[in-house]
Amino acid sequence: MAVTFVDVEHIAALARLEFSDVEKEQFTHQLNEILSYVEKLNELDTAAVEPLSHVIELDNVFRDDIIQPSLSAEIALSNAPSRSDSHFKVPKVIG
Amino acid sequence: MNSTFEPVIGLEVHAQLLTKSKAFCGCTTQFGNDPNANTCPVCLGMPGVLPVLNKSVVEFAIKMGLATNCTIAPKSIFARKNYFYPDLPKGYQISQYDQPICKDGWLDVELKDGSVKHIGITRIHIEEDAGKSIHDQDPDTLVDVNRCGVPLIEIVSEPDIRSPHEAHQYLSIIKQLVTYLGICDGNMEEGSLRCDANISIRPKGREQFGTKTEVKNMNSFRNVERALEYEINRQIGLLEDGGTVVQETLLWDADKNIALPMRSKEEAHDYRYFPDPDLVPVLVDQKWISEIAATLPELPEARRNRFIGGYHLPLYDATILTQEKSLADYFEKAVALLAQKNDEGYKSVSNWTMTEVLRLMNDLHVSIDQCVVTPDRLAAMVNLISEGVISGKIGKEVFAEMLKSLDEPKVIVERLGLVQVSDTSAIEKIVDEIIARSQAQVAQYRAGKMQIFGYFVGETMKAMKGKANPKIVNEILKSKLV
Repeated sequence: MAVTFVDVEHIAALARLEFSDVEKEQFTHQLNEILSYVEKLNELDTAAVEPLSHVIELDNVFRDDIIQPSLSAEIALSNAPSRSDSHFKVPKVIG
Repeated sequence: MNSTFEPVIGLEVHAQLLTKSKAFCGCTTQFGNDPNANTCPVCLGMPGVLPVLNKSVVEFAIKMGLATNCTIAPKSIFARKNYFYPDLPKGYQISQYDQPICKDGWLDVELKDGSVKHIGITRIHIEEDAGKSIHDQDPDTLVDVNRCGVPLIEIVSEPDIRSPHEAHQYLSIIKQLVTYLGICDGNMEEGSLRCDANISIRPKGREQFGTKTEVKNMNSFRNVERALEYEINRQIGLLEDGGTVVQETLLWDADKNIALPMRSKEEAHDYRYFPDPDLVPVLVDQKWISEIAATLPELPEARRNRFIGGYHLPLYDATILTQEKSLADYFEKAVALLAQKNDEGYKSVSNWTMTEVLRLMNDLHVSIDQCVVTPDRLAAMVNLISEGVISGKIGKEVFAEMLKSLDEPKVIVERLGLVQVSDTSAIEKIVDEIIARSQAQVAQYRAGKMQIFGYFVGETMKAMKGKANPKIVNEILKSKLV
């Protein structure tokens, strides 16, 4: 399944990135190269292999339901480009 | 509703879990704190942080799974649901996708015609809540991320629901279960229980589903029924006019009673789920499931049946009393304090609870736990009635007085001079006077007009300011009127 120019535009839109047509062509080409490289894996018969979700063999890492101190609103907001009192402020979101 | 079409409805219910801390960090879940005061690097989505799962979240989800006859997955994993919105600082929501914690459950739902509807539950999964966007306080949008990372479970039904009424009943049971389990406060108006619906219609008898729409923002039970009604009729209207249903998301507007298409978030449905590498798999063995099962409280249906079997209450009473766990607890606390534990006493407590106590709660907008007529005060009053100290009618006065004063019912009765008169000679004296001045009525009674008896009872009670023991009044009247 080859990646098309339109696929690249779609992925870029989902990531809120803008590219020139030259760049889109370039990414189409690169993504196809990566996919055909990985395609080699399809030569293996994986019918009996469980899908892997995590590479580290670790499970059931939990914390107890205990409240820890939070940051102050002042610190939480300190990186905000824009704020209004104790709220983050962002351009008007429609809906 | 047009009878040639049949609606097909599936519900997605989000329940906010009552844990103390958030799903993946130690911030408090406390509602109503100052904006952005309950955050830390994890729930703010700072780079390089590591979420760690709150164990109670898993246990709460399993409780709901057990209560809804689900299979608990031996292994489940978390996935990232990717989308951009200002109230989602990380740019993804931690959720579960292809391996949820619970699946393949069902609930039996009672309908108003008395029949039982079997509704399948596809899955229950764990996810985190987003923050809150405020659009109406500023020309720009304001964001409070306190709610980010608060744990939710999403309960997804099969498309088994065939009417707004069935949807309402299903949702009622979900609410009842989460509150009985103590995992969610079940408040739809405040958003701790939220419901979205997938709706399509098809000609009756056809297997294949029609194109569905999704309706969101129905923040009360009433709105769910109304919104579903609206959307079903809209779709039927479209098809009847030769149009087609377009797959889209609609927002219910409760003020205007209409559902309007959500201004589409561009390509919003391409969430690109993938396993979250930061969170390791959750493995649940039979031992853990058994431990959790052992902590489950008596569930609503079992409790209702016990109220019928144990206290010999009518189905109607048992249903109302067990609707909410807190009310059922109230009833049982009062019953335990009865001087005479018999069916008459149980029914009496039931009556008082269903009428006066519920009315009081509605009038004052208080929860049962805030009700000044506590179970012990109610039981004390019912005891005074069963002991013949006051009549049931006077009981209402005592009940009203209990709202104004924290005195024990017994003290109130003495203070207001409400003690019932059971003194036969005192009652006889009044009865004689009434008979003497009511010769016409006496003649009618003796001529066989038995309904006139009520007149004598009424007159006697009036003369004695309602304090006469009604049983004795009846006996004396009967003997004197013969």
